[in-house]
Amino acid sequence: MGFIDEWKKRNESRIKETKFTLSLFRHSLLSMIGLGLIIFIVLIALFAPYLAKEHPTYVRLLNPEGKYVTEERWDIHFGDKLLPPSREHYFGTDDYGHDIFSMIVYGARLSIKIGLLVVISATIIGVILGAIAGYFGGYLDELIMRITDIFLSIPGLILAMAFAAALGRSIEHVMYALIIVWWPTYTRLIRGQILKTREETYVEAARSLGTPDSKIIFKHILPNTFAPVFVQMTMDLGNVVLNAAGLSFIGLGANPGTAEWGLMISMGRVYIFQAWWYVFFPGLAIVLFVLGFNLLGDGLRDVLDPKLRR
Amino acid sequence: MKLRDYIIRRLILLIPILLGVTLLTFTVSHIIPADVARVFAGGEKANPETIARIRAEMHLDDPLYKQYYYYLNDLIHGNLGKSYSENRPVTEAIKQYFPATAELTILAMLLAIPVGILTGIISAVRRNQWIDHITRLIAITGVSIPIFWLALMLQIAFAYKYPILPLDSRLGIDVMAPKHITGLYIFDSLVTGNFAALKSSIYHLILPAFTLGYASLGIILRITRSSMLEIVRSDYIRTARAKGLKERTVIYKHALRNALIPTVTVSGLIFAGLLGGAVLTETIFNWPGMGRFAVNAVNNLDFSSVMGFTVIMAIIMVTANLIVDILYSVLDPRIRLGE
Repeated sequence: MGFIDEWKKRNESRIKETKFTLSLFRHSLLSMIGLGLIIFIVLIALFAPYLAKEHPTYVRLLNPEGKYVTEERWDIHFGDKLLPPSREHYFGTDDYGHDIFSMIVYGARLSIKIGLLVVISATIIGVILGAIAGYFGGYLDELIMRITDIFLSIPGLILAMAFAAALGRSIEHVMYALIIVWWPTYTRLIRGQILKTREETYVEAARSLGTPDSKIIFKHILPNTFAPVFVQMTMDLGNVVLNAAGLSFIGLGANPGTAEWGLMISMGRVYIFQAWWYVFFPGLAIVLFVLGFNLLGDGLRDVLDPKLRR
Repeated sequence: MKLRDYIIRRLILLIPILLGVTLLTFTVSHIIPADVARVFAGGEKANPETIARIRAEMHLDDPLYKQYYYYLNDLIHGNLGKSYSENRPVTEAIKQYFPATAELTILAMLLAIPVGILTGIISAVRRNQWIDHITRLIAITGVSIPIFWLALMLQIAFAYKYPILPLDSRLGIDVMAPKHITGLYIFDSLVTGNFAALKSSIYHLILPAFTLGYASLGIILRITRSSMLEIVRSDYIRTARAKGLKERTVIYKHALRNALIPTVTVSGLIFAGLLGGAVLTETIFNWPGMGRFAVNAVNNLDFSSVMGFTVIMAIIMVTANLIVDILYSVLDPRIRLGE
């Protein structure tokens, strides 16, 4: 028997389950739409330099605090100010004459970056703290959980607003603020999952064989808490971008002139009755981005949740 | 555990959480790089004496632990500090802004809860049929739309292209505000018989309430749908069906009661969250509520206001959590309090 056949035989039930999950997933129309949207946006972000008509330049500057920062610059063409959508400018132009289509295309890169950085950081913190709290219990558990209680008792956008305002206007600070808002959710989720799995017989078996704690956590427990965490991460990729756009909108995010969707809406707000395209298209981009991840996450939950799948 | 003991225990447990919140907001307000006293004294060209006076007034020259002590001491006496952007106590500002937010929130929830529950049930009962796909799409769009963008689009549509609704604020400029009783304009104008104000305030509420309600509707629909889906697979529902009960009775009498428990929780928490200020909606509709106050404070680096607002917000949230937990045990007697 070949190596592959042997592997297939050993993992027969797992392969069957995976196949079943995949078929469920394929039959869920909304999840497929979500996946399609995400692939579409990722492709746009990847091929931004080929799709866009105008391109930003990046300059390194010394900021007032004495740190070097990279700033995005777009050429200004006041002659092309606030032009409506046309063959030349698919989505029209803004009050500096920038091509809105190009800015939205480049904005996809920034949104993906914000979403991934915040969600992955929050998950890492959540895995570490949640695993400690859930596996060891006792005083540590009590302490960690009470700290998450404190963070969760303030609505997310308000907490993020306070942090971002205190740190000062910049897109990095918005990301820090969002990580501060999001880590407690993951810590709680992962702790809850671990408490559930900790009592399973296979974990007890591993423990009685003298397997070290770290190995039990990483090899036996965490993989089995994967599904709900993954669903949460998918949905949060959209939610984080939505909140980042909100913060940018009230003037806490990216510096003016950056291709950030929320900021573009905020700048276009002054012109809503003269140039609807200025606010319409960046908003549409946010909707499609967030919708994609929400649809996928919602579909994945239906598929992965053992209580709902059959 | 008795209900009374449970409530007392929970209230005691709230103390460390609220202390933590104050510590958190205190930390936040002390990481700002800007010289706050200089900002309030009028910026770069400020008079050094004024700066010194403000520094002394805000205890900025004392060590941090002393500053925190002063802050807590004031807080216990119901003093949230002075709002430098409005030049009056924070509590006074919040008292003035709260009713506007409350009115908006109540109306948004009156819209979102019934519609959300009803569509949630339909979506669950007709799972994977076209009506399920459509309602879910509407719900998911509701949580995916940037609320500020939706608000702007509604303004373009209904205040500019087809100007049937007012653009922003609470009342038309030609309308006298009703006599202050609760601060909720609809209620006050009804009680005092001021029908011009009643009409105007309802008109002004439609767009912001719809904007807020739509976002909440999605969350309520989703949670109702998934809990309903879970319940209809349970044994007692199978029994009810086996007895030959009508499907309508099974769903609306047997399943709904239990399926609504998570909906109650979520609705309560959304309500509390919105009460603290629908930050973005209020900003766009120029609604004189808590959210707009908070955004103004943030933009003016007025951190005593931000801190005051955050602490009030946390108190509202933890209270809502407690009420929701108690409701939970009333709705589902299997849940024992305190376990």
